[in-house]
Amino acid sequence: MRPFYYERAETAVGAVASSGPGTHYLAGGTTMVDLMKLDVQRPTRLVDISGLEGGRYDFIRWDGDALRIGALTTMAKLADDEQVRRRAPVLSDALWLAASPQIRNMARISGNVLQRTRCPYFRDTSYAQCNKRVPGSGCAALDGGVTRHHAVLGTSDQCIATYPGDFAQALIALDAVVEILSPDGPRSVRFADMHVLPGGKPDRETMLKEGDLIVAFSIEDAAFPRSKYLKVRDRESYAYALASAATALRMEGDTVADVRLGLGGVATVPWRAKEAEASLRGGPLDESALERAAQIAFAGATTTEENAFKVDLGKRTMVRALLETARMEG
Amino acid sequence: MSDDHDRFDNFSRRTLMKGGAAGAAMLPMGARAQSMSAGGASATGPSVQRIEVSLDINGQRRDLTIDTRSTLLDVLRHELELTGSKKGCDHGQCGACTVHVDGQRTLSCLTLAAQAEGTKVVTIEGLSDEDNLHPMQRAFVENDAFQCGYCTPGQIMSGVACITEGHAGSDAEIREYMSGNLCRCAAYPNIVAAVKQARTEMGG
Repeated sequence: MRPFYYERAETAVGAVASSGPGTHYLAGGTTMVDLMKLDVQRPTRLVDISGLEGGRYDFIRWDGDALRIGALTTMAKLADDEQVRRRAPVLSDALWLAASPQIRNMARISGNVLQRTRCPYFRDTSYAQCNKRVPGSGCAALDGGVTRHHAVLGTSDQCIATYPGDFAQALIALDAVVEILSPDGPRSVRFADMHVLPGGKPDRETMLKEGDLIVAFSIEDAAFPRSKYLKVRDRESYAYALASAATALRMEGDTVADVRLGLGGVATVPWRAKEAEASLRGGPLDESALERAAQIAFAGATTTEENAFKVDLGKRTMVRALLETARMEG
Repeated sequence: MSDDHDRFDNFSRRTLMKGGAAGAAMLPMGARAQSMSAGGASATGPSVQRIEVSLDINGQRRDLTIDTRSTLLDVLRHELELTGSKKGCDHGQCGACTVHVDGQRTLSCLTLAAQAEGTKVVTIEGLSDEDNLHPMQRAFVENDAFQCGYCTPGQIMSGVACITEGHAGSDAEIREYMSGNLCRCAAYPNIVAAVKQARTEMGG
Protein backbone atom coordinates (compact mmCIF):
# COMPACT_ATOMS: atom_id res chain seq x y z
CA MET A 1 0.00 0.00 0.00
CA ARG A 2 1.23 3.48 -0.78
CA PRO A 3 1.72 5.99 2.05
CA PHE A 4 -1.04 8.48 2.77
CA TYR A 5 -2.02 11.11 5.27
CA TYR A 6 -4.82 10.13 7.63
CA GLU A 7 -7.09 12.66 9.23
CA ARG A 8 -10.33 12.47 11.16
CA ALA A 9 -13.05 14.92 10.24
CA GLU A 10 -15.24 16.07 13.12
CA THR A 11 -17.96 17.71 11.04
CA ALA A 12 -19.39 17.27 7.56
CA VAL A 13 -18.60 20.88 6.73
CA GLY A 14 -15.04 20.35 7.93
CA ALA A 15 -14.68 17.21 5.82
CA VAL A 16 -15.87 18.97 2.69
CA ALA A 17 -13.71 22.01 3.38
CA SER A 18 -10.62 19.83 3.65
CA SER A 19 -11.19 18.06 0.34
CA GLY A 20 -8.74 18.38 -2.48
CA PRO A 21 -6.91 16.47 -5.22
CA GLY A 22 -5.90 12.98 -4.11
CA THR A 23 -8.12 13.13 -1.03
CA HIS A 24 -10.78 10.49 -0.47
CA TYR A 25 -13.34 10.05 2.25
CA LEU A 26 -13.04 6.92 4.37
CA ALA A 27 -16.01 5.44 6.19
CA GLY A 28 -16.34 1.66 6.60
CA GLY A 29 -13.25 1.14 4.47
CA THR A 30 -14.41 -2.18 3.04
CA THR A 31 -13.92 -1.03 -0.56
CA MET A 32 -11.25 1.60 -0.06
CA VAL A 33 -8.77 -0.38 2.07
CA ASP A 34 -9.23 -3.45 -0.14
CA LEU A 35 -8.52 -1.49 -3.32
CA MET A 36 -5.60 0.37 -1.73
CA LYS A 37 -3.99 -2.97 -0.90
CA LEU A 38 -4.46 -3.93 -4.54
CA ASP A 39 -2.94 -0.59 -5.63
CA VAL A 40 -6.10 0.18 -7.60
CA GLN A 41 -7.01 3.15 -5.40
CA ARG A 42 -4.10 5.47 -4.64
CA PRO A 43 -5.30 8.26 -2.36
CA THR A 44 -2.63 10.56 -0.96
CA ARG A 45 -4.89 11.51 1.92
CA LEU A 46 -7.83 9.86 3.66
CA VAL A 47 -10.36 11.91 5.56
CA ASP A 48 -12.10 9.61 8.02
CA ILE A 49 -15.79 10.51 8.11
CA SER A 50 -16.98 7.44 10.01
CA GLY A 51 -17.60 9.32 13.25
CA LEU A 52 -18.89 12.65 12.00
CA GLU A 53 -20.66 14.75 14.61
CA GLY A 54 -21.35 11.95 17.06
CA GLY A 55 -23.49 9.89 14.73
CA ARG A 56 -25.51 12.75 13.24
CA TYR A 57 -25.51 11.01 9.85
CA ASP A 58 -26.47 7.62 11.24
CA PHE A 59 -30.28 7.56 11.31
CA ILE A 60 -33.40 5.99 9.84
CA ARG A 61 -36.37 8.35 9.96
CA TRP A 62 -39.95 7.96 8.72
CA ASP A 63 -42.23 10.92 8.23
CA GLY A 64 -45.52 9.46 7.06
CA ASP A 65 -44.59 7.44 3.96
CA ALA A 66 -41.38 9.38 3.40
CA LEU A 67 -38.14 7.77 4.49
CA ARG A 68 -34.82 9.48 5.09
CA ILE A 69 -31.66 7.51 5.84
CA GLY A 70 -28.37 8.96 7.03
CA ALA A 71 -25.41 8.30 4.76
CA LEU A 72 -23.31 6.79 7.55
CA THR A 73 -25.92 4.24 8.62
CA THR A 74 -24.39 0.77 8.46
CA MET A 75 -25.79 -1.81 6.07
CA ALA A 76 -26.53 -4.07 9.06
CA LYS A 77 -28.51 -1.46 10.94
CA LEU A 78 -30.74 -0.66 7.98
CA ALA A 79 -31.14 -4.34 7.04
CA ASP A 80 -32.34 -5.19 10.55
CA ASP A 81 -34.61 -2.18 11.04
CA GLU A 82 -38.03 -3.51 11.96
CA GLN A 83 -40.04 -0.74 10.34
CA VAL A 84 -38.04 -0.87 7.10
CA ARG A 85 -38.46 -4.65 6.93
CA ARG A 86 -42.21 -4.25 7.26
CA ARG A 87 -42.85 -1.14 5.16
CA ALA A 88 -40.16 -1.38 2.46
CA PRO A 89 -38.77 -4.93 2.52
CA VAL A 90 -36.93 -4.42 -0.76
CA LEU A 91 -34.48 -2.12 1.04
CA SER A 92 -33.84 -4.61 3.82
CA ASP A 93 -33.61 -7.63 1.46
CA ALA A 94 -31.11 -5.94 -0.82
CA LEU A 95 -28.86 -5.35 2.19
CA TRP A 96 -28.99 -8.63 4.08
CA LEU A 97 -28.52 -10.56 0.85
CA ALA A 98 -25.32 -8.58 0.21
CA ALA A 99 -21.79 -9.11 1.51
CA SER A 100 -21.17 -10.81 4.88
CA PRO A 101 -22.33 -9.92 8.40
CA GLN A 102 -18.91 -8.45 9.20
CA ILE A 103 -18.89 -6.28 6.09
CA ARG A 104 -22.47 -5.18 6.73
CA ASN A 105 -21.41 -4.05 10.23
CA MET A 106 -18.62 -1.95 8.77
CA ALA A 107 -19.88 -0.62 5.45
CA ARG A 108 -22.00 2.53 5.41
CA ILE A 109 -24.78 2.87 2.87
CA SER A 110 -23.19 5.84 1.12
CA GLY A 111 -19.99 3.89 0.51
CA ASN A 112 -22.03 0.85 -0.43
CA VAL A 113 -23.62 2.57 -3.41
CA LEU A 114 -20.19 3.82 -4.50
CA GLN A 115 -18.47 0.43 -4.37
CA ARG A 116 -16.33 -0.34 -7.39
CA THR A 117 -16.79 -3.11 -9.90
CA ARG A 118 -15.50 -6.62 -9.25
CA CYS A 119 -14.24 -6.93 -12.83
CA PRO A 120 -11.01 -8.94 -12.37
CA TYR A 121 -9.18 -6.80 -14.93
CA PHE A 122 -10.02 -3.67 -12.96
CA ARG A 123 -8.92 -5.22 -9.65
CA ASP A 124 -5.69 -6.76 -10.89
CA THR A 125 -3.10 -4.17 -11.85
CA SER A 126 -0.95 -6.77 -13.60
CA TYR A 127 -3.37 -6.34 -16.51
CA ALA A 128 -2.23 -3.29 -18.45
CA GLN A 129 -5.59 -2.90 -20.16
CA CYS A 130 -8.43 -1.38 -18.20
CA ASN A 131 -10.13 1.78 -19.41
CA LYS A 132 -11.70 2.25 -15.99
CA ARG A 133 -8.39 2.09 -14.12
CA VAL A 134 -6.10 3.58 -16.76
CA PRO A 135 -8.12 5.68 -19.24
CA GLY A 136 -7.35 4.81 -22.85
CA SER A 137 -5.48 1.59 -22.04
CA GLY A 138 -8.06 -0.73 -23.58
CA CYS A 139 -10.27 -3.42 -22.10
CA ALA A 140 -8.83 -6.81 -21.21
CA ALA A 141 -12.34 -8.21 -20.79
CA LEU A 142 -13.39 -7.33 -24.33
CA ASP A 143 -9.98 -8.31 -25.64
CA GLY A 144 -10.41 -12.04 -25.10
CA GLY A 145 -10.97 -11.99 -21.33
CA VAL A 146 -13.18 -14.16 -19.16
CA THR A 147 -16.54 -12.37 -19.22
CA ARG A 148 -19.02 -14.68 -17.50
CA HIS A 149 -19.76 -12.08 -14.80
CA HIS A 150 -19.80 -9.03 -17.04
CA ALA A 151 -22.68 -6.76 -17.91
CA VAL A 152 -25.10 -7.10 -20.81
CA LEU A 153 -26.96 -3.78 -20.35
CA GLY A 154 -25.50 -0.28 -20.51
CA THR A 155 -22.18 -1.48 -21.92
CA SER A 156 -19.90 0.36 -24.33
CA ASP A 157 -17.03 -0.67 -26.58
CA GLN A 158 -14.74 0.66 -23.82
CA CYS A 159 -16.09 -1.21 -20.78
CA ILE A 160 -18.48 -4.00 -19.84
CA ALA A 161 -17.73 -4.08 -16.10
CA THR A 162 -20.77 -4.92 -13.96
CA TYR A 163 -22.00 -2.59 -11.25
CA PRO A 164 -21.70 -5.00 -8.30
CA GLY A 165 -24.05 -3.63 -5.65
CA ASP A 166 -27.51 -4.70 -4.56
CA PHE A 167 -28.83 -1.83 -2.44
CA ALA A 168 -28.56 0.58 -5.37
CA GLN A 169 -31.18 -1.40 -7.27
CA ALA A 170 -33.62 -0.93 -4.41
CA LEU A 171 -32.85 2.79 -4.18
CA ILE A 172 -33.31 3.33 -7.91
CA ALA A 173 -36.57 1.38 -7.90
CA LEU A 174 -37.99 3.57 -5.12
CA ASP A 175 -36.96 6.87 -6.77
CA ALA A 176 -34.47 7.76 -4.06
CA VAL A 177 -32.84 11.17 -3.92
CA VAL A 178 -29.23 11.70 -2.84
CA GLU A 179 -28.52 14.62 -0.53
CA ILE A 180 -25.03 15.95 -1.05
CA LEU A 181 -22.91 18.47 0.79
CA SER A 182 -20.50 19.97 -1.71
CA PRO A 183 -17.86 22.69 -1.43
CA ASP A 184 -20.45 25.07 -2.92
CA GLY A 185 -23.15 24.07 -0.43
CA PRO A 186 -25.88 21.45 -0.24
CA ARG A 187 -27.65 20.01 -3.28
CA SER A 188 -29.78 17.01 -4.20
CA VAL A 189 -29.73 14.70 -7.20
CA ARG A 190 -31.94 11.83 -8.18
CA PHE A 191 -30.19 8.56 -7.36
CA ALA A 192 -30.94 7.47 -10.92
CA ASP A 193 -28.78 10.36 -12.17
CA MET A 194 -25.81 9.77 -9.87
CA HIS A 195 -24.13 6.89 -11.71
CA VAL A 196 -23.20 7.49 -15.33
CA LEU A 197 -22.92 4.97 -18.17
CA PRO A 198 -19.36 3.99 -19.10
CA GLY A 199 -19.62 5.26 -22.70
CA GLY A 200 -16.22 6.55 -23.76
CA LYS A 201 -15.18 7.43 -20.18
CA PRO A 202 -15.50 4.32 -18.01
CA ASP A 203 -13.18 5.86 -15.40
CA ARG A 204 -15.92 8.34 -14.53
CA GLU A 205 -18.54 6.37 -12.64
CA THR A 206 -20.69 9.05 -11.02
CA MET A 207 -21.48 12.72 -11.44
CA LEU A 208 -20.05 13.43 -7.99
CA LYS A 209 -17.38 16.11 -8.00
CA GLU A 210 -14.29 16.55 -5.86
CA GLY A 211 -15.29 17.12 -2.26
CA ASP A 212 -18.91 16.02 -2.67
CA LEU A 213 -20.05 14.24 0.46
CA ILE A 214 -23.25 12.18 0.50
CA VAL A 215 -25.10 13.02 3.73
CA ALA A 216 -28.44 11.23 3.27
CA PHE A 217 -30.80 9.35 0.99
CA SER A 218 -34.44 10.30 0.91
CA ILE A 219 -37.40 8.46 -0.56
CA GLU A 220 -40.57 10.50 -0.80
CA ASP A 221 -42.91 7.52 -1.10
CA ALA A 222 -41.27 4.48 0.47
CA ALA A 223 -44.36 2.62 1.63
CA PHE A 224 -44.09 -0.52 -0.46
CA PRO A 225 -44.92 -3.43 1.85
CA ARG A 226 -45.28 -5.44 -1.35
CA SER A 227 -41.67 -5.29 -2.47
CA LYS A 228 -38.66 -7.56 -2.49
CA TYR A 229 -35.14 -8.20 -3.74
CA LEU A 230 -34.44 -11.47 -5.51
CA LYS A 231 -30.78 -12.35 -6.01
CA VAL A 232 -29.48 -15.24 -8.09
CA ARG A 233 -25.83 -16.21 -7.68
CA ASP A 234 -23.36 -19.07 -7.99
CA ARG A 235 -23.20 -19.49 -4.20
CA GLU A 236 -26.21 -19.22 -1.91
CA SER A 237 -24.66 -16.59 0.35
CA TYR A 238 -21.85 -14.04 0.34
CA ALA A 239 -21.58 -13.75 -3.44
CA TYR A 240 -22.27 -11.10 -6.04
CA ALA A 241 -25.40 -11.34 -8.17
CA LEU A 242 -25.38 -13.03 -11.55
CA ALA A 243 -28.82 -11.50 -11.92
CA SER A 244 -31.10 -9.77 -9.45
CA ALA A 245 -34.31 -7.81 -9.36
CA ALA A 246 -35.62 -5.18 -6.98
CA THR A 247 -39.38 -5.09 -7.33
CA ALA A 248 -42.15 -3.04 -5.78
CA LEU A 249 -45.83 -3.36 -6.61
CA ARG A 250 -49.13 -1.70 -5.94
CA MET A 251 -52.15 -3.61 -7.21
CA GLU A 252 -55.77 -2.56 -7.60
CA GLY A 253 -57.56 -5.87 -7.79
CA ASP A 254 -55.77 -7.73 -10.58
CA THR A 255 -54.48 -4.57 -12.19
CA VAL A 256 -51.01 -3.16 -11.73
CA ALA A 257 -51.43 0.33 -10.29
CA ASP A 258 -47.70 0.95 -9.79
CA VAL A 259 -44.67 -1.20 -10.46
CA ARG A 260 -40.96 -0.54 -9.90
CA LEU A 261 -38.18 -2.63 -11.32
CA GLY A 262 -34.45 -2.36 -10.67
CA LEU A 263 -32.09 -4.90 -12.23
CA GLY A 264 -28.73 -5.96 -10.79
CA GLY A 265 -25.83 -8.15 -11.83
CA VAL A 266 -26.56 -7.51 -15.49
CA ALA A 267 -25.76 -3.82 -16.05
CA THR A 268 -22.84 -1.41 -15.85
CA VAL A 269 -24.74 0.94 -13.54
CA PRO A 270 -27.71 0.61 -11.14
CA TRP A 271 -30.45 -0.17 -13.65
CA ARG A 272 -34.08 0.90 -13.72
CA ALA A 273 -36.23 -0.96 -16.28
CA LYS A 274 -38.61 1.95 -16.88
CA GLU A 275 -39.99 0.79 -20.23
CA ALA A 276 -40.74 -2.64 -18.85
CA GLU A 277 -42.53 -0.98 -15.94
CA ALA A 278 -44.61 1.12 -18.35
CA SER A 279 -45.65 -1.99 -20.28
CA LEU A 280 -47.00 -3.54 -17.07
CA ARG A 281 -48.74 -0.52 -15.58
CA GLY A 282 -52.52 -0.59 -15.93
CA GLY A 283 -52.68 -4.25 -16.95
CA PRO A 284 -52.76 -7.66 -15.33
CA LEU A 285 -49.63 -9.47 -14.11
CA ASP A 286 -50.19 -12.49 -16.32
CA GLU A 287 -47.77 -14.66 -18.21
CA SER A 288 -47.93 -12.84 -21.50
CA ALA A 289 -47.59 -9.40 -19.87
CA LEU A 290 -44.59 -10.55 -17.86
CA GLU A 291 -42.98 -12.16 -20.88
CA ARG A 292 -43.45 -8.98 -22.88
CA ALA A 293 -42.01 -6.87 -20.06
CA ALA A 294 -38.97 -9.14 -19.81
CA GLN A 295 -38.40 -8.87 -23.58
CA ILE A 296 -38.57 -5.09 -23.32
CA ALA A 297 -36.20 -4.98 -20.33
CA PHE A 298 -33.49 -6.91 -22.12
CA ALA A 299 -34.14 -5.70 -25.69
CA GLY A 300 -30.94 -3.66 -25.70
CA ALA A 301 -28.68 -6.41 -24.33
CA THR A 302 -25.20 -6.79 -25.79
CA THR A 303 -23.56 -10.10 -24.95
CA THR A 304 -20.36 -12.07 -25.23
CA GLU A 305 -20.31 -15.81 -25.69
CA GLU A 306 -19.73 -16.28 -21.96
CA ASN A 307 -22.31 -13.90 -20.51
CA ALA A 308 -25.13 -14.46 -23.02
CA PHE A 309 -26.83 -16.66 -20.41
CA LYS A 310 -27.51 -13.54 -18.36
CA VAL A 311 -30.23 -12.43 -20.74
CA ASP A 312 -32.40 -15.48 -20.06
CA LEU A 313 -31.39 -15.59 -16.41
CA GLY A 314 -32.14 -11.89 -16.03
CA LYS A 315 -35.57 -12.24 -17.60
CA ARG A 316 -36.48 -15.23 -15.45
CA THR A 317 -35.19 -13.50 -12.30
CA MET A 318 -37.28 -10.44 -13.03
CA VAL A 319 -40.44 -12.44 -13.82
CA ARG A 320 -40.05 -14.62 -10.72
CA ALA A 321 -39.44 -11.57 -8.54
CA LEU A 322 -42.59 -9.86 -9.84
CA LEU A 323 -44.71 -12.98 -9.32
CA GLU A 324 -43.38 -13.47 -5.79
CA THR A 325 -43.96 -9.81 -5.02
CA ALA A 326 -47.53 -10.06 -6.28
CA ARG A 327 -48.15 -12.88 -3.80
CA MET A 328 -46.99 -10.73 -0.88
CA GLU A 329 -49.56 -8.99 1.26
CA GLY A 330 -50.16 -5.43 0.20
CA MET B 1 -0.68 15.06 22.11
CA SER B 2 2.98 15.94 21.66
CA ASP B 3 4.37 18.96 19.89
CA ASP B 4 5.55 16.59 17.22
CA HIS B 5 2.03 15.42 16.64
CA ASP B 6 0.68 18.93 16.35
CA ARG B 7 3.36 19.80 13.92
CA PHE B 8 2.49 16.77 11.85
CA ASP B 9 -1.18 17.71 11.74
CA ASN B 10 -0.49 21.27 10.74
CA PHE B 11 2.03 20.14 8.28
CA SER B 12 -0.20 17.59 6.57
CA ARG B 13 -2.97 20.13 6.12
CA ARG B 14 -0.61 22.68 4.70
CA THR B 15 0.85 20.12 2.34
CA LEU B 16 -2.57 19.18 1.12
CA MET B 17 -3.58 22.77 0.51
CA LYS B 18 -0.50 23.38 -1.54
CA GLY B 19 -1.14 20.05 -3.17
CA GLY B 20 0.84 17.84 -5.46
CA ALA B 21 4.55 17.96 -6.01
CA ALA B 22 5.05 21.35 -4.42
CA GLY B 23 3.66 20.07 -1.15
CA ALA B 24 5.63 16.85 -1.26
CA ALA B 25 8.80 18.75 -1.97
CA MET B 26 8.35 20.59 1.30
CA LEU B 27 8.25 17.47 3.46
CA PRO B 28 10.48 17.93 6.48
CA MET B 29 12.74 15.14 7.66
CA GLY B 30 11.35 15.16 11.20
CA ALA B 31 10.34 12.27 13.38
CA ARG B 32 6.80 12.41 12.06
CA ALA B 33 7.38 12.47 8.36
CA GLN B 34 10.10 10.10 7.41
CA SER B 35 11.93 10.30 4.14
CA MET B 36 11.20 6.85 2.83
CA SER B 37 10.02 7.01 -0.74
CA ALA B 38 6.43 6.31 -1.70
CA GLY B 39 7.48 3.05 -3.30
CA GLY B 40 8.84 5.00 -6.20
CA ALA B 41 5.45 4.80 -7.84
CA SER B 42 4.08 8.25 -7.33
CA ALA B 43 6.00 11.43 -7.78
CA THR B 44 3.38 13.42 -5.90
CA GLY B 45 2.39 11.04 -3.10
CA PRO B 46 3.43 11.57 0.51
CA SER B 47 6.23 9.66 2.17
CA VAL B 48 5.52 7.22 4.98
CA GLN B 49 3.42 8.82 7.69
CA ARG B 50 3.59 7.72 11.29
CA ILE B 51 0.95 8.70 13.81
CA GLU B 52 0.32 8.12 17.48
CA VAL B 53 -2.74 6.12 18.42
CA SER B 54 -4.20 4.95 21.68
CA LEU B 55 -6.13 1.71 21.34
CA ASP B 56 -8.32 -0.18 23.79
CA ILE B 57 -7.57 -3.85 23.19
CA ASN B 58 -9.17 -6.46 25.45
CA GLY B 59 -9.67 -3.80 28.11
CA GLN B 60 -6.07 -2.62 28.07
CA ARG B 61 -4.90 0.72 26.82
CA ARG B 62 -2.14 0.39 24.25
CA ASP B 63 -0.28 3.49 23.07
CA LEU B 64 1.53 3.04 19.80
CA THR B 65 3.19 4.92 17.01
CA ILE B 66 2.10 3.37 13.74
CA ASP B 67 2.37 3.81 10.00
CA THR B 68 -0.98 5.18 8.77
CA ARG B 69 -1.18 2.15 6.47
CA SER B 70 -1.29 -0.33 9.36
CA THR B 71 -4.42 -2.37 9.58
CA LEU B 72 -5.85 -3.29 12.95
CA LEU B 73 -4.96 -6.92 12.15
CA ASP B 74 -1.31 -6.14 11.54
CA VAL B 75 -1.09 -4.06 14.71
CA LEU B 76 -2.66 -6.85 16.76
CA ARG B 77 -0.36 -9.51 15.38
CA HIS B 78 2.90 -7.64 14.84
CA GLU B 79 2.93 -4.85 17.41
CA LEU B 80 0.93 -6.39 20.24
CA GLU B 81 1.77 -10.05 19.65
CA LEU B 82 -1.89 -11.00 19.79
CA THR B 83 -1.60 -13.64 17.10
CA GLY B 84 -4.95 -15.31 17.69
CA SER B 85 -6.60 -13.23 14.96
CA LYS B 86 -5.45 -14.74 11.69
CA LYS B 87 -4.57 -13.33 8.30
CA GLY B 88 -6.20 -15.46 5.65
CA CYS B 89 -7.00 -13.51 2.50
CA ASP B 90 -6.22 -9.99 3.83
CA HIS B 91 -9.09 -8.71 1.62
CA GLY B 92 -12.21 -9.22 3.71
CA GLN B 93 -13.25 -12.40 1.98
CA CYS B 94 -12.48 -15.14 4.50
CA GLY B 95 -13.31 -13.84 7.99
CA ALA B 96 -10.23 -15.33 9.72
CA CYS B 97 -9.36 -11.86 11.09
CA THR B 98 -12.77 -11.26 12.72
CA VAL B 99 -12.67 -9.29 16.00
CA HIS B 100 -15.30 -7.33 17.91
CA VAL B 101 -15.19 -3.54 17.66
CA ASP B 102 -17.62 -1.94 20.11
CA GLY B 103 -19.36 -5.30 20.26
CA GLN B 104 -19.79 -5.61 16.48
CA ARG B 105 -18.01 -8.32 14.54
CA THR B 106 -15.55 -6.58 12.27
CA LEU B 107 -12.88 -7.51 9.76
CA SER B 108 -9.61 -6.33 11.28
CA CYS B 109 -7.83 -6.72 7.91
CA LEU B 110 -9.97 -3.98 6.33
CA THR B 111 -9.93 -1.71 9.39
CA LEU B 112 -7.17 0.85 9.55
CA ALA B 113 -5.69 0.79 13.05
CA ALA B 114 -6.05 4.56 13.16
CA GLN B 115 -9.82 4.14 12.80
CA ALA B 116 -9.95 1.87 15.83
CA GLU B 117 -8.93 4.69 18.17
CA GLY B 118 -11.80 5.51 20.48
CA THR B 119 -13.36 2.05 20.15
CA LYS B 120 -13.21 -1.05 22.33
CA VAL B 121 -11.60 -3.96 20.51
CA VAL B 122 -12.00 -7.53 21.73
CA THR B 123 -9.96 -10.32 20.15
CA ILE B 124 -10.10 -14.07 20.67
CA GLU B 125 -7.52 -13.59 23.46
CA GLY B 126 -9.95 -11.36 25.36
CA LEU B 127 -13.08 -13.44 24.91
CA SER B 128 -12.81 -15.39 28.14
CA ASP B 129 -11.10 -15.01 31.47
CA GLU B 130 -7.90 -16.91 32.09
CA ASP B 131 -9.40 -19.93 33.80
CA ASN B 132 -12.55 -20.62 31.85
CA LEU B 133 -13.26 -21.06 28.18
CA HIS B 134 -16.09 -19.00 26.71
CA PRO B 135 -19.16 -21.19 26.02
CA MET B 136 -18.50 -20.80 22.29
CA GLN B 137 -14.90 -21.99 22.67
CA ARG B 138 -16.07 -24.98 24.70
CA ALA B 139 -18.78 -25.74 22.12
CA PHE B 140 -16.19 -25.73 19.32
CA VAL B 141 -14.07 -28.23 21.27
CA GLU B 142 -17.00 -30.46 22.18
CA ASN B 143 -18.44 -30.47 18.67
CA ASP B 144 -15.12 -30.98 16.89
CA ALA B 145 -15.88 -27.81 14.94
CA PHE B 146 -12.47 -27.50 13.30
CA GLN B 147 -9.71 -29.49 11.71
CA CYS B 148 -6.64 -27.35 11.02
CA GLY B 149 -7.92 -24.57 13.28
CA TYR B 150 -6.71 -21.61 11.24
CA CYS B 151 -10.17 -20.12 10.71
CA THR B 152 -11.32 -21.01 14.23
CA PRO B 153 -10.62 -17.75 16.10
CA GLY B 154 -12.58 -15.86 13.45
CA GLN B 155 -15.36 -18.47 13.48
CA ILE B 156 -15.66 -18.21 17.27
CA MET B 157 -15.74 -14.41 17.29
CA SER B 158 -18.31 -14.50 14.51
CA GLY B 159 -20.34 -17.21 16.23
CA VAL B 160 -20.60 -15.18 19.44
CA ALA B 161 -21.80 -12.16 17.44
CA CYS B 162 -24.22 -14.30 15.44
CA ILE B 163 -25.97 -15.17 18.71
CA THR B 164 -25.86 -11.70 20.30
CA GLU B 165 -27.25 -10.20 17.07
CA GLY B 166 -30.17 -12.62 17.28
CA HIS B 167 -29.36 -14.36 14.00
CA ALA B 168 -28.92 -17.90 15.30
CA GLY B 169 -32.57 -18.91 15.29
CA SER B 170 -32.32 -21.93 13.01
CA ASP B 171 -29.67 -23.99 11.22
CA ALA B 172 -30.42 -22.11 8.00
CA GLU B 173 -30.11 -18.75 9.72
CA ILE B 174 -26.83 -19.76 11.38
CA ARG B 175 -25.44 -20.83 8.01
CA GLU B 176 -26.52 -17.56 6.39
CA TYR B 177 -25.15 -15.39 9.20
CA MET B 178 -21.89 -17.33 9.45
CA SER B 179 -21.26 -17.11 5.69
CA GLY B 180 -18.57 -14.49 6.12
CA ASN B 181 -16.28 -17.09 7.71
CA LEU B 182 -14.82 -19.63 5.33
CA CYS B 183 -13.43 -22.99 6.47
CA ARG B 184 -11.28 -24.74 3.93
CA CYS B 185 -11.47 -27.96 5.96
CA ALA B 186 -15.27 -27.71 5.54
CA ALA B 187 -16.11 -28.29 9.19
CA TYR B 188 -19.36 -26.42 8.56
CA PRO B 189 -21.87 -28.95 9.96
CA ASN B 190 -19.95 -29.07 13.23
CA ILE B 191 -19.60 -25.29 13.34
CA VAL B 192 -23.37 -24.97 13.05
CA ALA B 193 -23.76 -27.55 15.84
CA ALA B 194 -21.30 -25.62 18.02
CA VAL B 195 -23.10 -22.30 17.51
CA LYS B 196 -26.39 -24.00 18.38
CA GLN B 197 -24.98 -25.48 21.57
CA ALA B 198 -23.42 -22.18 22.62
CA ARG B 199 -26.69 -20.38 21.85
CA THR B 200 -28.43 -22.45 24.49
CA GLU B 201 -25.69 -21.77 27.03
CA MET B 202 -25.49 -18.07 26.19
CA GLY B 203 -29.27 -17.81 26.45
CA GLY B 204 -29.56 -16.47 22.88
